[in-house]
Amino acid sequence: MFAYVLRRLVATIPVMAIVAVLVFLMLRLTPSDPAAIIAGDNANAEQVAEIRKRLGLDQPILTQFVIWSTKTLHGDLGESFFFKKQVAELILDRLEPTVSLAFFTIVLAVLIAVPLGVLAAYRQGSWLDRIVMGFSVLGFSVPVFVVGYALIYVFAIELNWLPVQGYQRLSLGVGGWLQRLILPSLTLSVVLIALIARITRTSVLEVMNEDYIRTARAKGQTEGRVLRRHALANAAVPIVTVIGLGVAALIGGVVVTESVYTIPGLGRLTVDAVLARDYPTIQAVILLFSLAYVLINLVVDMTYTFFDPRIRY
Amino acid sequence: MSIEVLPAEIAEGARAARAPHRLGMVARNPSVVIGAAIVVFLALVGALAPMLGTINPSEINPVFRNKKPGAERTIRTEVKEVAFVHRFGTDTLGRDVYSRVVYGARVSLVVGLTVAALSVAVGLTIGLIAGYIRWLDSIIMRIMDGLMAIPAILLAMGVVSLSRAGLLAVVIAIVIPEIPRVVRLVRSIVLSIREEPYVEAAITVGTPTPTLLVRHVLPNTIAPLIVQGTFICGSAILIEAILSFLGIGIPPETPTWGNIMAEGRSLFRIYPHNIFYPGVCLALAVLAINMLGDGLRDTLDPRFAKRL
Repeated sequence: MFAYVLRRLVATIPVMAIVAVLVFLMLRLTPSDPAAIIAGDNANAEQVAEIRKRLGLDQPILTQFVIWSTKTLHGDLGESFFFKKQVAELILDRLEPTVSLAFFTIVLAVLIAVPLGVLAAYRQGSWLDRIVMGFSVLGFSVPVFVVGYALIYVFAIELNWLPVQGYQRLSLGVGGWLQRLILPSLTLSVVLIALIARITRTSVLEVMNEDYIRTARAKGQTEGRVLRRHALANAAVPIVTVIGLGVAALIGGVVVTESVYTIPGLGRLTVDAVLARDYPTIQAVILLFSLAYVLINLVVDMTYTFFDPRIRY
Repeated sequence: MSIEVLPAEIAEGARAARAPHRLGMVARNPSVVIGAAIVVFLALVGALAPMLGTINPSEINPVFRNKKPGAERTIRTEVKEVAFVHRFGTDTLGRDVYSRVVYGARVSLVVGLTVAALSVAVGLTIGLIAGYIRWLDSIIMRIMDGLMAIPAILLAMGVVSLSRAGLLAVVIAIVIPEIPRVVRLVRSIVLSIREEPYVEAAITVGTPTPTLLVRHVLPNTIAPLIVQGTFICGSAILIEAILSFLGIGIPPETPTWGNIMAEGRSLFRIYPHNIFYPGVCLALAVLAINMLGDGLRDTLDPRFAKRL
């Protein structure tokens, strides 16, 4: 197992290296001159040249890449053009809201989607099944921000149950933190619920005709236990796989949801950075999110042995 | 000696017999019919936008800003005064939301179709090369793995940041994340097709590689690519709306559903209609395209249908 984990970790290095090259090239392909952007409108040619020299932009592109990747590996992500702060500092500052939001969303999505998918499979063809399937098609189609505003309108404006927008740090109290995360997580979980419910239904349907399900019923096992212990347990691997893949959709959704709910997280930082053409920040955020995506999928692969002991590494 | 029918021939015969039947199946599939009907309707709305009781969607009228749906006003033309109803209300600049939503259908559908066509064309070319030229395969696929590791919206945002906002930049930004998915699909088809007896036979008789690819390999990719292209069209419309909504897509004066919603953000609490109408249209368009895709997948590409 340990050897396998190590091998897989090593295997992510080439993928991340290619991501790094792509992200690096992106900045160098810009038609605009980063040095001119940093210098501002009132700078003269000498100042621009000086900044270019300071940032190493006058070096050959290969040298630049070596310098940039060495720095990045040491955690030095450069200085933000727009915020005039170290990018690493900026990211650390914005990490908490995004991680909280993502964590709640996944928990919520799994808690809602898995039972729905199992029930839909159990009552295949019933009205419940149709509603779940209909919802899953709808969930893929309705844009995150439309869901977001609809929820704000109903729960925050009309019913006045929850705060409209904003974020409160965990250190200021669990209550306020949780309260402000409910609507955003619910919004963001819609796509994930659609995805997970659909795959849960399909994979549970596949195992429902297996002999061991019949055997379990024959020995007098209750239906609930048949579904949980025998059907769901055997259908778990595709479900966790799709949760891992859903992280890509989740990251895309985070960017939008944070803008709708004005949450000062990494997603909002990304939008601000793109609007300000703040390339060091854009590069860092893309690298970070991609790394998170790759690592989460690695962890998902690791859990296979837990869900299906027949899989050994 | 009895005449043996090879399994491949049986399959081939069955496929030939099924071909017209399959088209019938597509036309009878309810999800294809409903999806296609809505898409055609929206396309007509977009195409006939000037005739649908709209006014100039970019015309600013500060006096009539922030009106609720149903507000009336008179428009003075050169000859006479006409009563005009703002069916969907007006936005913060006094532009008619109904006209903007109707014209927005144009942009969304154009973006969706262009992105689908471009990503399928580019992805098909790269996929054929990767699937057929062994030594290029691993290089191309490593690059595609790298591209796929970057979440689509982030990659699109990154690409948009490289140039001035505009329709072309947005289309390219959405196409790039879609390409690796098409490449993977095409490559996997090519890899399985090249082992088929008829391809081996064609190689034996000395068919040049380009002819082989076009005549024997390409036809097998058509059905899966139609399905994939449909889904790409849906997700492209969604991503365009997201980019415009975030203010980094198509310039705000252009009426697109994402832009109308971005406009409506600031006063959402008082005037939710600015987000509601374009939101519903957007959801309807994407839903219809996804339904069309689901139906096409079930009928055109049954092997793929089993996977999800």
